[in-house]
Amino acid sequence: MSYGPKIIDHYENPRNVGNFGTQADVKTRKDVGVGLVGAPECGDVMQLQIKVDQATGKIEDAKFKCFGCGSAIASSSLATEWLKGKSLDEGLAIKNTQIVEELSLPPVKIHCSVLAEDAIRAAIADYKAKNGLPADADTAQSR
Amino acid sequence: MALKFPIYLDHAATTPCDPRVVEAMLPYFTEKFGNPGSRNHSFGWEAEAGVDAAREQVAAVLGATDKEIIFTSGATESNNLAIRGGALMYEKHPAGSGKSRGHIITSIIEHKAVLDPCKRLQKEGFEVTFLEPPSDGVITADMVKNALRDDTILVSLMWANNEIGTINEIPAIGAMLKASGREVIFHTDATQWAGKMPTSVDKDNVDLLSMSSHKIYGPKGVGALYVRRRRPRVRLASLVDGGGQERGFRSGTLNVTGIVGMGKACEIAMQEMDRDTARLSKMRKRLEESVTAQLDSTQVNGHREKRLPHIANISFGFVEGESLMMACKEIACSSGSACTSASLEPSYVLKGLGVGDELAHSSLRLSLGRWTTDEQVDYAIEKIVAAVKKLRALSPLYDMHKEGIDLSKVEWAGH
Repeated sequence: MSYGPKIIDHYENPRNVGNFGTQADVKTRKDVGVGLVGAPECGDVMQLQIKVDQATGKIEDAKFKCFGCGSAIASSSLATEWLKGKSLDEGLAIKNTQIVEELSLPPVKIHCSVLAEDAIRAAIADYKAKNGLPADADTAQSR
Repeated sequence: MALKFPIYLDHAATTPCDPRVVEAMLPYFTEKFGNPGSRNHSFGWEAEAGVDAAREQVAAVLGATDKEIIFTSGATESNNLAIRGGALMYEKHPAGSGKSRGHIITSIIEHKAVLDPCKRLQKEGFEVTFLEPPSDGVITADMVKNALRDDTILVSLMWANNEIGTINEIPAIGAMLKASGREVIFHTDATQWAGKMPTSVDKDNVDLLSMSSHKIYGPKGVGALYVRRRRPRVRLASLVDGGGQERGFRSGTLNVTGIVGMGKACEIAMQEMDRDTARLSKMRKRLEESVTAQLDSTQVNGHREKRLPHIANISFGFVEGESLMMACKEIACSSGSACTSASLEPSYVLKGLGVGDELAHSSLRLSLGRWTTDEQVDYAIEKIVAAVKKLRALSPLYDMHKEGIDLSKVEWAGH
């Protein structure tokens, strides 16, 4: 697969790699929302964590880890960049097509952008569930 | 010597032409360009002499006689001719009779050039048994024996596997079939074997053998099919009809330059086989041992001893193959990852061994060749280890593994 420069850049210099604690830690943290999507046997798993400033309701930090191809890594890296500073609603407005466009993903890699959108929705839904916020009608529908 | 990049470690895909091969071919493009079918002038005679010499060189590497070699466009065509041509010639009942036309035995880890002709025959009224190897990837004589039926007409098994390099028990299978007294034709796809390992079709009781030129430092677009002429004399239905070249098995003007190159490649292979084998098996062993010693959760796929000297197939847990290849782009190799295949499916060979989809996605195949150096292998080891470490730092699965979470027990939201 030959990739465009933006994918290569995100792949080689991934932004915001990491997490806000172990799986057990983040489960109990109310200010952190976790999205874990994909499956190892499908060849990609994305983990996206958002840390929300509970006073302002804005996403103050986002971290990712990804098992997957170059496009999957680039898509999740980009998602963390875009999420920072956004409100939950603004985060939910991110669409996979925007990721495709920004990274110039080839057609066979569109599923990577879908997975990134799923991860965003899952992380926000997790945060909302932990804090007793009403689930967005849209987020309840899993893909 | 300074290393040149990228480093080619994909010799199971194809090999560079040996310069001695190119040199042998050159006169046949411009001066000795005749058609070997032209029987009435020196141009034709010259070309025919080139083909005849090549036929002997190819026969020698297989322990066959020159009259038993049919030149083709490559191993894919050889496999098609052997399997389809053999099945159509030896069918028990004609198409449309409502009865099974005949039984064929092959395995699930064959190359597509064997699987797909078998599947087509299955649609056309033949019955096919696809043997499933155990996790070491080796098909044994007992497995074949247990699958034999009274209406079995053809057994087609690869000598060595292209993805994992494992070696099937071809001589034992040949001996078993011969001893059974049944009239079963035995074909082997020896694309990864012939010209690299000692072969004697006679002693090994092989009836049909496919081989390729470009896997043994010869040109692409040429291959051969060995067709046994004595005990028994094997017949095949031709798939390409026309001028009746190659004893009617395969019509079409001969690819003289390619054939001359393949002959030369076989001659060199005979001379250098022992040295290549000794050198490459040592290198491969070092490569495998070094990466597995430096990295946890890493496994070498396929039988530990029964395999080719030059192919290493390694799964690196918790990292994905395509991103791994991106991380060591200075090394040209291949992966069983779905993301590197046109079908978006992980390697069916590794799946066939029960390796598990996630480890199939995480595999690299590194295949060494005649000009691979120790320095190149050292560089590859260093690069691969660094790449795996880098990607594991990115991998949520590796974190979970480290935290003691059993990944097989997690409910994944597959897509």
